Amino acid sequence: MNAAGPAIALAIPAIGALLISLAGRWPNLREAITLTTALALLFVVGSLAPLVLAGERPSVTLFSMLPGMSIALTVEPLGMLFGLIASGLWIVNSIYSIGYMRGNNEKHQTRFYACFAIALTCAIGIAFAGNLLTLFLFYEALTISTYPLVAHKGDAATIRSARVYLGILLTTSIVLLLPAIIFTYIITGTLDFTPDGILAGKLDGPMVGLLLGLFVFGIGKAAVMPVHRWLPAAMVAPTPVSALLHAVAVVKAGVFTITKVIVYIFGVDFLFSQPSSGWLVYVAAFTIIAASVVALRQTNLKRLLAYSTVAQLSYVVMATAVLKPLSEIGAAIHMVAHAFGKITLFFAAGAIYTASKKTEITQLHGIARRMPWTMAAFTVGALSMIGVPPTAGFVSKWYILAGSFQADNYVALFTIIASTVLNAAYFLPIIFWAWFAKEDVPPAKPHGEAPAAIVVALTITAVLTLAFFFFNQPALQLEAQLVGRQK
Amino acid sequence: MIESNLPALQVVLPLVAAPLCVLLRRGSLAWLVTWSATWATAAISIAILLRVLDAGTISYTFGGWEPPWGIEYRVDIVNAFVLVLVSVIGAIIVPYARRSVGAEIRSEQHYLFWAAYLLCLTGLLGVAITGDAFNVFVFLEISSLATYILIACGQDRRALVASYQYLIMGTIGATFIVIGIGLLYLMTGTLNLADMAQRLSTMPLHRPQLAALAFLTVGISLKLALFPLHLWLPNAYAYAPSVSTAFLSATATKVAVYLLLRFSYSVFGQSHVIENISVEAVILALSVAAIFTASLVAIFQDDVKRMFAYSSVAQIGYITLGISLANQNGLTGGIVHMFNHAVAKGAIFMLLGCVALQIGQPLMAQMAGLAKRMPMTAAGLVVGGLSLIGVPGTVGFISKWYLVVAAIEKGWWWLAALVLISSMLAAIYVWRLIEVCYFREPSPELEAAGEAPLSMLIPAWVLVIGCIYFGLDATMTAGTAASAAQSLLEATR
Repeated sequence: MNAAGPAIALAIPAIGALLISLAGRWPNLREAITLTTALALLFVVGSLAPLVLAGERPSVTLFSMLPGMSIALTVEPLGMLFGLIASGLWIVNSIYSIGYMRGNNEKHQTRFYACFAIALTCAIGIAFAGNLLTLFLFYEALTISTYPLVAHKGDAATIRSARVYLGILLTTSIVLLLPAIIFTYIITGTLDFTPDGILAGKLDGPMVGLLLGLFVFGIGKAAVMPVHRWLPAAMVAPTPVSALLHAVAVVKAGVFTITKVIVYIFGVDFLFSQPSSGWLVYVAAFTIIAASVVALRQTNLKRLLAYSTVAQLSYVVMATAVLKPLSEIGAAIHMVAHAFGKITLFFAAGAIYTASKKTEITQLHGIARRMPWTMAAFTVGALSMIGVPPTAGFVSKWYILAGSFQADNYVALFTIIASTVLNAAYFLPIIFWAWFAKEDVPPAKPHGEAPAAIVVALTITAVLTLAFFFFNQPALQLEAQLVGRQK
Repeated sequence: MIESNLPALQVVLPLVAAPLCVLLRRGSLAWLVTWSATWATAAISIAILLRVLDAGTISYTFGGWEPPWGIEYRVDIVNAFVLVLVSVIGAIIVPYARRSVGAEIRSEQHYLFWAAYLLCLTGLLGVAITGDAFNVFVFLEISSLATYILIACGQDRRALVASYQYLIMGTIGATFIVIGIGLLYLMTGTLNLADMAQRLSTMPLHRPQLAALAFLTVGISLKLALFPLHLWLPNAYAYAPSVSTAFLSATATKVAVYLLLRFSYSVFGQSHVIENISVEAVILALSVAAIFTASLVAIFQDDVKRMFAYSSVAQIGYITLGISLANQNGLTGGIVHMFNHAVAKGAIFMLLGCVALQIGQPLMAQMAGLAKRMPMTAAGLVVGGLSLIGVPGTVGFISKWYLVVAAIEKGWWWLAALVLISSMLAAIYVWRLIEVCYFREPSPELEAAGEAPLSMLIPAWVLVIGCIYFGLDATMTAGTAASAAQSLLEATR
């Protein structure tokens, strides 16, 4: 299991994708395959967790790509956590997808489920990548495999948005990230993820800040401004895609990659000693504030959630950039916390659309009376975004704040406080109106909750959001290993 | 006996098979002859490569005349690589070609087509294998004349014009080459390439040497379609029969690139000529221009074959760019891209041949909804297209990797940036096709169409899988290219 584990984890969704495309004619069988694959994946990924927690690093070399460079997998704490979130939430999301895709009579469902499984393969590949080359391979494959999901509807407007999506992600990764990787390879002779980094002593002065810039803006999936535009564009996708991919797998792959590069390529201590890397906190802080302000002005629910995601992703980037042990833990934990909260919010948005075809915020007055479960889950998710206890968002904010104190980084402190206020400003009115306002116009067709599969899924994620506040020890223990060397 | 004569058989086998096709006169028999000859040729080339890897350079003398007086075939790692590339692609296309040729060429011309095909292969292999300058010219002419036939066989009447256009340009190129070779013979008194190189290295600089280099470079650049001498290529590729396009795009220009390598590194490498002029700078500028202009023009093409023909001009630009960088990684990138581009473009043109079998000349509008009617063809085109962009996991990535490494090693960040930005141009034209294939309702032409027969799909997919396999595990291709680059660079010191 030790060596084969990561390879099996990678193979499961890939095989799943193949079976799904073969089973296209029998929808029930196809969905059964999706669910079975997701369960099997969580089982395998989960079985690796105790090993990693015990300090092992299961690794396997798949093949060598170029002389001296290989495609290899290594499971370490950060990737373990990302792998767990992605595979765990895939199960919930699959239940939701079944309700959503059938409830809305979407076309091309086989392509949808197959691409979803491929996207998960890529996410696992990113999580367990043992070196930058492997990570880059799966990063690009993730972009390409999610393109058909974003362009799913296939009409002219959707294809235009999908072009923006693909254009930004592909351009940034090839024009900025790839040269950064190649440059790293030229000066260090390796691309392996190494605790304490590989760049210390190889690079100095302003070049450090420059290389960091190539990485941060090259990793477009992290949506640090100004390369965030693809995320609102991706909202044309069916909601399950927005929920799992553009709140969890794809965007987390982005911030995960940035964190991984900072911890395992630059090395936290090395980067902290380099003044030229200081700009990252400011850029992330700007993204948080600016995206929150833009979110305030949105009228479309999914677009609001997209901008909220842009802001929340930069929380992770900023926390990583504070470069203190507690903030690194906070960054990792925030990936989990935001994943639970945001997927709940998207599930709720999709539930509202499926039941009532409503997409605008102004249409939501009084909707909680018709859809109490959905709006209760929405409320939990929103509170987690703001960071109110007892939700997951509070835990990660706590650590990020503690890390900022550790580093005496007042920019980070102020940004967190300001953005909390802004988050409250755009989420609380929605919640208030949904629960306490009267419906402006009664809907043409009276409706209740969305199909059961949808309600079950969003209840599960809402419960997870709450539960993470109380049961977060395993995750904290896992991530304590990430910074163990710096203590 | 056979083993020691492999280098001769490499060329003689297809050469003898060609008249056999004409004698048999039956299309299917000619196809069978071609099939056997090409696969045997491919096997021979692999045997030669293995021997070269094992025992180093092979020298084969004809009729017992010792070089430099007699004709010598000289195979080192560089041309062994090219021989394998040309003959393996040449062999894979033949089983595919039976249906495609059957549909696109009049049946009474089949045996002639196969004879021309074999002659073209003979010429290309001959250019690659020979160590004699005049032999190079002769084989080049054999392949060129056969190529004109292969192109002119196209159904579209514009194929004749395209072929004629290429005939004029190709003849000019061949003339330049023969003038260059003549001047070299004049200066050195030998036609043996290795001998020539040695004599040039000890000779003081004379103007005719410069002129010879200039004539050869321009002549070869015409054959390999280096911008701005590429004008013959788009029409030739667009209107030639699908089989010809697939074969020529994968092999013909690659052999011309090999010639450029051979002359600029092996022959002139140690001479004083190369120190005094900067051919590299010129080729570098032209390569970058090729990459950008051809990619931009490709974006606006409505004929899909023409679009990929322009893409070929751009991709050749990457190859010559690697050559002009003239360091280990750059040269490796250029050489490995010969292989990588051959696999990717071969796959693409073969798949377009599958489309052509169903609907005729593939225009953008007619390819709408291709993914619904011909899913395997469309998926293969996506993989080939991703390879042209250079997405990791495909062969194109390997080439880009080496080119960018080479550029950064030289400190030329601007060039690294240009190479990468140009990939995005490829992304634009490839994605234009993908959107049409996947997100439109099937065109009326495609409405009744189904997948092409397996005899065509399987060979095409062999190359498609090659695109992915050699993109994930490039130790063999890049390793061979690296040792080829090393041997070329050593010759210049």
